[in-house]
Amino acid sequence: MTHHAAPVKAKFWTPGVVVLAFLMAAGAAAIIARFIGGIGYVSNLTTARPWGLWIGVDVASGVALAAGGFTTAFLAHIIGRHYYEPVVRPALLTAMLGYTFVVLGLMVDIGRSWAIWKPMLYWNPTSVLFEVAMCVMFYLNVLYLEFLPIVVERFKGGVNLPGPLAALNGPIDGLLKLADTILPKMMWFFIIAGVVLSCMHQSSLGSLMLIAPTKLHPLWYTPILPLLFLTSAIAVGYPMVVFEATLATKSLKLDSEMKLLTPLTRFTIFLLGLYLALKVGDIVVRGTYVYLLDFTAQTNAFLIEMVFGVIVPWLMLLSPKLRRSRQALFIACTMIVGGVLVNRINVFVVGYRPPISEANYFPAIGEILVTVGLIAALMFVYRFIVTYLPVLNKPEQEVSA
Amino acid sequence: MGLNRRDFFKYMAVAGATVAGSERSAHAWQSRAPSDPYGCLVDLTRCIGCRKCEEACNRVNALPAPDRSFEDLTLLDKKRRPDERAYTVVNRYVSGEIDKRDQLVPTFVKLQCMHCQDPACVSACIAVALTKKENGAVHYDVTKCIGCRYCMVACPFEIPAYEYHDPITPRVMKCTFCYERVESEKKLPGCAEICPVEAITFGRRKDLIKVARQRIKKNPGRYIDHVYGEKEVGGTSWMYLSGVPFEKLGLNALPEKPMPQLAETIQHSLFSYLWSPIVLFGMLGGVMWASKDKSDRAGNGGRSGNGKEGDYKGRML
Repeated sequence: MTHHAAPVKAKFWTPGVVVLAFLMAAGAAAIIARFIGGIGYVSNLTTARPWGLWIGVDVASGVALAAGGFTTAFLAHIIGRHYYEPVVRPALLTAMLGYTFVVLGLMVDIGRSWAIWKPMLYWNPTSVLFEVAMCVMFYLNVLYLEFLPIVVERFKGGVNLPGPLAALNGPIDGLLKLADTILPKMMWFFIIAGVVLSCMHQSSLGSLMLIAPTKLHPLWYTPILPLLFLTSAIAVGYPMVVFEATLATKSLKLDSEMKLLTPLTRFTIFLLGLYLALKVGDIVVRGTYVYLLDFTAQTNAFLIEMVFGVIVPWLMLLSPKLRRSRQALFIACTMIVGGVLVNRINVFVVGYRPPISEANYFPAIGEILVTVGLIAALMFVYRFIVTYLPVLNKPEQEVSA
Repeated sequence: MGLNRRDFFKYMAVAGATVAGSERSAHAWQSRAPSDPYGCLVDLTRCIGCRKCEEACNRVNALPAPDRSFEDLTLLDKKRRPDERAYTVVNRYVSGEIDKRDQLVPTFVKLQCMHCQDPACVSACIAVALTKKENGAVHYDVTKCIGCRYCMVACPFEIPAYEYHDPITPRVMKCTFCYERVESEKKLPGCAEICPVEAITFGRRKDLIKVARQRIKKNPGRYIDHVYGEKEVGGTSWMYLSGVPFEKLGLNALPEKPMPQLAETIQHSLFSYLWSPIVLFGMLGGVMWASKDKSDRAGNGGRSGNGKEGDYKGRML
């Protein structure tokens, strides 16, 4: 039961990567415009609609869809299902990049990016956002520490910097060796801390909106919103792994990992089922099902979220035949990922309606460019890292139990 | 050294002690409202829509000059909202009521920060940039603000505005209740001082409630029997009297429960003394220890004394 992660041997500048580079350039232009003309210059955000696409997608969805990191760490390292080890590294990389780009997205969204450190000095324990920010900060560092062994593995004993930097070869190699000695002994602590921090801020992201009962549509406003956010984040963890692994193995022509992915999504049947039960129970207990057939933009968005993002893919996963089909499994998992994405957008953007000014909001082209650019950059860096670091599995070696 | 049995029992003991402690300390949500704050009572039956308050506000707060003069009364019908250049605005509403000379009777509504007793924005603020002062003012300290705009999301009155067009140092802009004037200079807020018809009464909040009740009692035909802001969102420092139902004037019905109560109760019961993260950490540590032990016995992991090292690295390579 061994597996071998290795740098991917494939041409880097494929047409897809060139497209990513163009999208990144467009996003960079929009970010420059934001830091010259202000948030108002590139966005449609207003007094009544202070949070839009950037918070809904870059931050809230970014955090939720990075849940593969802590859910696979839990599976392989805490409950000891080592069979799933090969998906841990790619999921960890996705989580690390996901959270990095959450912070980058926040830097664009908050008005005083240079002041982002201030909550560390001025604590407000009543603020849900304060708790989320602290957890995200600590967790991002935990993710970097969890990823460090991969860097150490690649470069230990072989640091070879060009030109005048060669003088640093010795010291850097010494640091890597030191990390190699210390990190494994502390890794159990970081793995558990990563799961704990994730549970804390994944749920608290849901608590964020509890302060605005008059603004969030009753279909989403519920005291169990933090629990729903936590269960949906846990449920989307493995589908996100399937989504990402299928895209990576297809586009980089690696071996399909169906032997892992099919049993992995068995857990999802239970986890997504739990989320579905909580969602249904919530609208029944609070009687908010009366809104379901209002056919407004908001209630339609709720129906789309639930039907195509939860119920249909859950039914698909129930069938062992579909779970064994690479294509069907990819479709089901993509729908679950999309469902969580739509849910976060619904809670922070679509379902949010200020009752006094009744202001509407649709993202400006500048906001869309920033979001698309950041996602493209995330994919670009992912592609870059798997090219140079041992993250994905070697193609010639079949994974066996 | 990895996680061993001794560590595990240590964590479980800490976890247990913390749970026991948290149950004792768990208590109901408590308001942090000041006991005897100032407030303002706005009597909408007196307001004549002269916009003098807007002008005074602009002057005492050194806000930018408006696009159109404060003399221009046609703006009154535009249903404006306070924004980053005006902390207060007056709007005209017509309810359809007609006076003796067949003229529509207008109602003028002054809007500004309500200075809630338990403000959602103060509870939400990520960095204590917003605070509720003893004198009633909800005070903004720009030096702590990071510009996350969660206060704007939280505000049930949709009041805080933002300098969206300042790229580097934008501020949240809202009525200050003339904090410095009231606190240091012992003056009235700019708007209350200038009002020519005494539509704005400044005083202790509890006195203002009495005044309002007296006015309603003396003149029940003139007023709706409701002091807007007495109970809304747990009470506000600014309160309104009106002859027209408040929901017709853009002053929406709001719950009497303070906005921060639910979120703070959940946060407090989950995270006071960080009990739940500590318990979760202990439980996960126990599971990790137990599952490692099992896989060791099956010859499936690293050496037991070597803890996680063998496990983690062996698998990852």
